[in-house]
Amino acid sequence: MSEENPVATVAGGGLLDRRLFLKKGLVFSALALSTENALAVVNNAPRPPWTAKPGQPFSNYGQPSQYERKTIRWTMGNAMAAGNGVSCTPLQDLEGIITPSGLHFERHHNGVPEIDPAQHQLLIHGLVEQALTFNMADLQRYPMTSVLCFIECGGNSNAGWQSKPVETQVGYFHGMASCSEWTGIPLRILLAEARVKSSANWLIAEGADASLMNVSLPLDKALDDCILALYQNGERIRPENGYPLRLIAPGWEGVVNVKWLRRLHLTDQPVMARNETAKYTELLPSGKARQFSFVMEAKSLITQPSFGHKLNAKGIYQISGLAWSGRGKIIRVEVSADGGKTWAQAQLQEPVLSKCFTRFRIPWHWTGKPAVLKSRAIDETGYVQPERAELLEKQGAHGYFHYNAIVSWEVTANGSIHHVYA
Amino acid sequence: MCMRKIVAFLLCCAVYPVCANDSPHLGKPAPQGLEKAWNGDIFPNGKGLPAGSGNAITGKKVYTQYCLSCHGVDGTGGSAEELAGAKHGLTDNPPDKTIGTYWPYATTVFDFTRRAMPLNAPGSLNHDQLYAVTAYLLYLNHLIQETQLMNASTLPKVKMPNRNGFINQYQAR
Ligand code: HEC
Repeated sequence: MSEENPVATVAGGGLLDRRLFLKKGLVFSALALSTENALAVVNNAPRPPWTAKPGQPFSNYGQPSQYERKTIRWTMGNAMAAGNGVSCTPLQDLEGIITPSGLHFERHHNGVPEIDPAQHQLLIHGLVEQALTFNMADLQRYPMTSVLCFIECGGNSNAGWQSKPVETQVGYFHGMASCSEWTGIPLRILLAEARVKSSANWLIAEGADASLMNVSLPLDKALDDCILALYQNGERIRPENGYPLRLIAPGWEGVVNVKWLRRLHLTDQPVMARNETAKYTELLPSGKARQFSFVMEAKSLITQPSFGHKLNAKGIYQISGLAWSGRGKIIRVEVSADGGKTWAQAQLQEPVLSKCFTRFRIPWHWTGKPAVLKSRAIDETGYVQPERAELLEKQGAHGYFHYNAIVSWEVTANGSIHHVYA
Repeated sequence: MCMRKIVAFLLCCAVYPVCANDSPHLGKPAPQGLEKAWNGDIFPNGKGLPAGSGNAITGKKVYTQYCLSCHGVDGTGGSAEELAGAKHGLTDNPPDKTIGTYWPYATTVFDFTRRAMPLNAPGSLNHDQLYAVTAYLLYLNHLIQETQLMNASTLPKVKMPNRNGFINQYQAR
């Protein structure tokens, strides 16, 4: 144990036991941070202004503090069409596992439709015994369930394919992934009502936006865990996230989680839409492309500290990050502070749910020397998040979609943090 | 229902606390005409293609008026993506993915254009204009002749170079 290091490390670069912060008092007494004087109350001392006058009245809908206005989605619209593009979740500013609804990432092909729910309906047709329509008010009477799951755009993190590491904050780079509680009707209940014919294998989902976005989904998935969500994080879904009805396909790439859902067409084959041929397919070095690669494989990244943060002093920091897998639960996240030479197990914060963001943490003692921080996720199928070189070896550099390689943050001696390929 | 679906169905009943028996059955028989009005899905074999026709000569006029501002001269790209004029193949660095080099089915061009383009006025072109502009995009990609008429029977037959370029990753359970 070095002189600078008051507690035992569990891996190179100063990683500490993940349970350290949970053992009450240990670190804090060791570091003896004295704040008693600062907190002492002195009679008749001047009061902070917000304690010296009545506060603001009630509000119909709460907003973030005026001091948190920097925590926003970054929007990237098309120059000729403001409603075409994406906005990203600022993952570097958030904690826990739930993304506030107003910060959930967006991908719109042609803007956010302003749908009047009284005029919206869902049509289920094709290979069914009885084509049916449902209005939104009637759907409220159906049995509902909640799914806490991430939605990740198939194109998330695609800057990772570039040959030089792009230096930008986590949200810009990896923020087309968000996590919500979605509440709605298991899709199989509505399919059972329409009586799906045995010749059906696929369904084509279509949204009521200006691009009538459509995409094909295997019937197996629809019968397994898909829901038609009416609510997100307890309230009706926000317009930009699919109001009034969204198809949720847990663990599968964002594009099949069709927003503004108006039609489900049962068929015996995929429709071969633009968004399952020209886009959301991954070109391999052979010139062939992967198609219908729906599942978002295990991924993790350290959100604290990360690019844009600065370590101002040596000492103990809490590394915090997110891990998720479209195949099920995260069972382990390992963190390295020496560029991958040695790894330590991070603490997984409960709840750890299937196809959901999982928050991991591990304390780290920074001695002021350069370090490289990495995290890697392992899911319940045994899948291990690959190093970037491994991913490129397997899939080449031009797949564009489904980039899930390990992210490396270099901490320099002056405490600044950079994205590196290491 | 085949065995696989029955098993899947029973499985989800076990996972979710709610079951189809709880369903209030409020779906209404779809009104006549709604299915026809809404179902724009066009399949690779041409199923779903409407009546109408057009060739690249008229298509160029449609393109110039409604598409060029975003997709550039001859489909080479602008504020919106490139649609033709690939300079590289799919194994080059960087690869060039256009309708000619990458898209597996010509029917997708019609389907997507009808539902989503022109971006600033989706749904505004009639079927003859849609066949014409589709023909123009296929012609720009050297897939058909300039005078070749595209309609419900000729469009699905256009040979797409990358027709067999995709590997299905989905394994049904
Ligand atoms: C206002 C700008 C604009 C106009 C006008 C426009 N487009 Fe587009 N187009 C776009 C944008 C933006 C996209 C990308 C859409 C997305 O992100 O889903 C696109 C995508 C496409 C695609 C898919 C390209 C690919 O590789 O996936 C095709 C095909 C297309 N447009 C055809 C047309 C045709 C034909 C017209 C004229 C009838 C047209 N567009 C007019 C902006 C435009």
